Amino acid sequence: MSTTTERSLLTLQQRADSYLTDERTIWSWLLTTDHKRIALLYFASITAFFFLGGAAAAVMRLNLVTPEGLLVEHEMYNRLFTMHGVIMVWFFLVPAIPVTLGNFITPLMLGARDLAFPRVNLTSWYLFMVGGVTALTGLAAGGVDTAWTFYTPLSTGYSHGWMMLVCLGIILSGYSSIATGLNFIVTIHRLRPPGMTWYRLPLFLWSLYATSVIYVLATPVLTMAMILLMFERFFHVGLFDPALGGDPVMFQHLFWFYSHPAVYIMILPGFGVVSEVITAFSRKGIFGYKFIAWSSVSIAVISFFVWGHHMFVAGTSIYSGIAFSLLSFMVSVPSAIKVFNWLATLHKGFIRFNAPMLYILGFIGLFTIGGLTGLFVASLGTDVHLHDTYFVVAHFHYIMVGAMVSAFFAGLHYWWPKITGKMYPEIWGQIAAATIFFGFNMTFAPQFILGYLGMPRRYASYDPGYQVLNVVSSLGAAVLAVAYLMPLIYLTWSLFAGKNAPSNPWDATGLEWQTQSPPRTENFAFTPVITGPPYNYPRPEQRQHV
Amino acid sequence: MIGLATASDGARETDWLLGSLVGASALVLALVMGLMFIYVIRYRHGSGLDRGSVAQKTWRIEVGWTAATLAVFFGLFIWGANLFIRINLPQDNPLTINVVGKQWMWKIEHPGGEKEINALHIPVGRNVQLLLTSEDVIHDFGLPAFRLKRDVLPGRLEAMWLHADKVGDYRVFCDQFCGTDHSAMIGTVTVMEPADYQAWLERNGASTSLVAAGQALFIRYGCAGCHQAGLSGGGGTVRAPSLNGLFGSPVPLADGTTVTADEKYIHDSILYPKLQVVASYDPVMPSFQSVIAEEDLVRIVAYIKSLDPHAFAAGDRPQ
Amino acid sequence: MSDLVPGEPGAGGYRAAWHPGSESATVAEHVGFQYAGIGHQTGTAQAGLWLFLATELLFFGGLFLLYTVDFARHPGGTLAASRETTLWIGALNSVILLCSSGAYTYGLGLARRGDNRGLFRMVLLTGTLGTVFLLLKGYEWYDDIARHLFPGPSFVLPAADGGALFWCFYFVATGLHGIHMIVGLVLLAWIGAGVRKQRFSPAYYTPVEGVGLYWSFVDMVWITLFPCLYLVGR
Repeated sequence: MSTTTERSLLTLQQRADSYLTDERTIWSWLLTTDHKRIALLYFASITAFFFLGGAAAAVMRLNLVTPEGLLVEHEMYNRLFTMHGVIMVWFFLVPAIPVTLGNFITPLMLGARDLAFPRVNLTSWYLFMVGGVTALTGLAAGGVDTAWTFYTPLSTGYSHGWMMLVCLGIILSGYSSIATGLNFIVTIHRLRPPGMTWYRLPLFLWSLYATSVIYVLATPVLTMAMILLMFERFFHVGLFDPALGGDPVMFQHLFWFYSHPAVYIMILPGFGVVSEVITAFSRKGIFGYKFIAWSSVSIAVISFFVWGHHMFVAGTSIYSGIAFSLLSFMVSVPSAIKVFNWLATLHKGFIRFNAPMLYILGFIGLFTIGGLTGLFVASLGTDVHLHDTYFVVAHFHYIMVGAMVSAFFAGLHYWWPKITGKMYPEIWGQIAAATIFFGFNMTFAPQFILGYLGMPRRYASYDPGYQVLNVVSSLGAAVLAVAYLMPLIYLTWSLFAGKNAPSNPWDATGLEWQTQSPPRTENFAFTPVITGPPYNYPRPEQRQHV
Repeated sequence: MIGLATASDGARETDWLLGSLVGASALVLALVMGLMFIYVIRYRHGSGLDRGSVAQKTWRIEVGWTAATLAVFFGLFIWGANLFIRINLPQDNPLTINVVGKQWMWKIEHPGGEKEINALHIPVGRNVQLLLTSEDVIHDFGLPAFRLKRDVLPGRLEAMWLHADKVGDYRVFCDQFCGTDHSAMIGTVTVMEPADYQAWLERNGASTSLVAAGQALFIRYGCAGCHQAGLSGGGGTVRAPSLNGLFGSPVPLADGTTVTADEKYIHDSILYPKLQVVASYDPVMPSFQSVIAEEDLVRIVAYIKSLDPHAFAAGDRPQ
Repeated sequence: MSDLVPGEPGAGGYRAAWHPGSESATVAEHVGFQYAGIGHQTGTAQAGLWLFLATELLFFGGLFLLYTVDFARHPGGTLAASRETTLWIGALNSVILLCSSGAYTYGLGLARRGDNRGLFRMVLLTGTLGTVFLLLKGYEWYDDIARHLFPGPSFVLPAADGGALFWCFYFVATGLHGIHMIVGLVLLAWIGAGVRKQRFSPAYYTPVEGVGLYWSFVDMVWITLFPCLYLVGR
């Protein structure tokens, strides 16, 4: 058969039933238990939250163009960065990859028809939405001005705002996380197809598994911290008030016990995406599969023991500082191992520069910078100087935005054909990837210097000497804002006018590519049996010179 | 563009560590980015290069780079921890200055009672101990030129040690978000020659020194009623530990341990008397939490520090 | 690579690669289409529930950690404050909860044997005992508040000694436990309704087991709470 006929036959098949076209009523979407539709519901939600949080950041960066503050008063600025932090952490980063790509791809990667608990999955979306709306109501009604970290006694006794609503929203989103994590862990344990042993799992699932362990074990402690915070704020009983026998630092312990593992929740799924994309676009098996798999698990475990590094100057003992500093250095080792293994995967590969790969290459650079600067703050002697300055702000944005959002876009572009059945315009994907990389560095690299020079974080106005670097950073933010709008535009465009996608546009390994694009509701017509490891691309020596 | 001053030896040491971290990071980044660029160009699809075969036994490579990473990280940890411990070591014979943070200003008080707001004058070349506390929320006394900062907590006394070796004006920032005017809670540390510092003290002389003010408060709040600190006429029916020569001496506690009476111990005993009860005494001292403000506490602690073990006034009952 | 096992597309072909289902039609309708059979689903549901209980452990664990730290810092005040709790209510409630767990477990045994009427009676008994627990607890709270034991401006004990912290812990812990009990009662009602509708049989009683696990866990939290609240000072 000629290629044209083949393609049009394939096209015919795709125009037929898929999970998108199966049922078309609004209720079939709002009451769906199909993991793919839930993934899209989540995708719409977190995109909205991302742009809301981003809008807050835009106003902040614009305000910081002048030393006195260009646009808003101190109080408003404080509310803005609180809003930015709360939305970005709990309503964008913590859910991001797991609830969108994870929900969609996990059963497909397992050759399964759905997750273990589809109704729990839908419930988790509703919990997320109710939590999000509740928090947004608080933020819109009058705002909260305590920073996303809610330190006591500022938050319990001195701040005027709608903290209770925001805390309630966070609690609800926490339950959403726990439900999602629980679903993934049980699914990966119980719904693997015949022949898929643990060491034949795609690495994306290893990292989702590690993420889910943290979801499930760390989030309850956040819930408790929020409950105690609300109790204290409402009743002033003295839990965190030294005048009544309480201890304000105790809140920090409870808060960071969750919030440090939370940052690993944010990055681990990104690691998983890197492994998938780098193998597909190097057309080569992953280097050091077991090391990458176990490094995810060890990061998840060690992450629970480093929270005290947020409190080196908070009044904790020197011994506590020493222990947490050592552990913080240790937790960076598995991440370094991953980077080395990824580089080794590139070695002797057959590299293509499609958009997902460009995002991943950007990830490796940005993550390395972010991770290395983490050492600066893990080190006790230097953290004393850098704590609560723009250095820390730059460090975590390099990981959370530079690395993590790049990974998210990489995964989004990689699986876009599978999810939507359409190809995105490749050239625009590449342009956006490059613009994001450039804009991001322009925004946050100056902040490392600002931090060293002493500029504190959460400052609405600053000493005039810091202005030049702030202006550069704000210009970079403008570039970044444009860069983020690009995918929004061309991906939406592709939904209407993009080329139809074949089942396996990248010629990649993985069960998700063995079914049509977009998949049917039940994913697979029959159960696959796995007979070998993942990423079994032909070895370089087995190939013709290409 | 602003530059960052270096006001002390500690600052210089911190800069060394920071510089080394920058150097090491630059090396690693160059390695990673370099390899990445080389690989994606050499091994791009269509480069026509003969890839040969890929290493099968990768175990040694993995262990190798893991061990190297661990070793470097451990070395950096030791360096940083060592610096941190030395930053926090008490220094000899310090000039003790009290700092009280409140929304949104810094109130500084020198031993002689001289007060300043949002400013700190200290002599160069002298060990300085800052005793930090807060009246309301958690603040942070940040001194970039010294590469130091410490959170300032309500109801607690924290010590920070300085030794400036360069005269000049340096920034103080509040480095823990504390509310609306957090970014306005800034000040200046002025390091002066000792003679200039003396002159400044005289110009800003207080009517009473901290110790004298503290003595007045000691009587006013009824401490003298039980603690008979060397004042004639101070008699009471309650048996309470003597405070003469208390500062710096070991104190046996009811739970069998012994602590050294430093400023923190004295400060906390006034606010939380039941936490560390002295051996053989009943826990009957009332708490003065919410009764005595932090500023007054500073004076009382200064007074108690000044009590000489050999100063007994006539008429005191022996302890 | 993966070999797709040839079979009929659709539900039958999917399951054919696993173990052929031998369950009856009524049971089969309870099995989700991503499962290979009733055994697969039951095991998965149990795994999920145990994992959920692990999260609850972390949840209450944080609270108990707070209690432990505060106790260590203010031993005298905590002990004194604990003496103000109403021992007879606490003890009676403990007995009631233990009996309710016992009743439910017995009912679970009946479910395995197919005795639906017996199961219903046990579910009813468990629910009744649980309700009595909550009523007693509610009365106890009312009494505690009337005696000015709620920390705040009118708190009767010296606050800074750890008394306020203890009573804080008391109200938060018993309040959260109470909420878990209420959720448990709703779940019991759901099981009871299911029993009435003949949903369960010896071949399929997964939800009954699940709710039993949850109820026992809530019971265990109380067992840990009871000495911490009522017995330490006595």
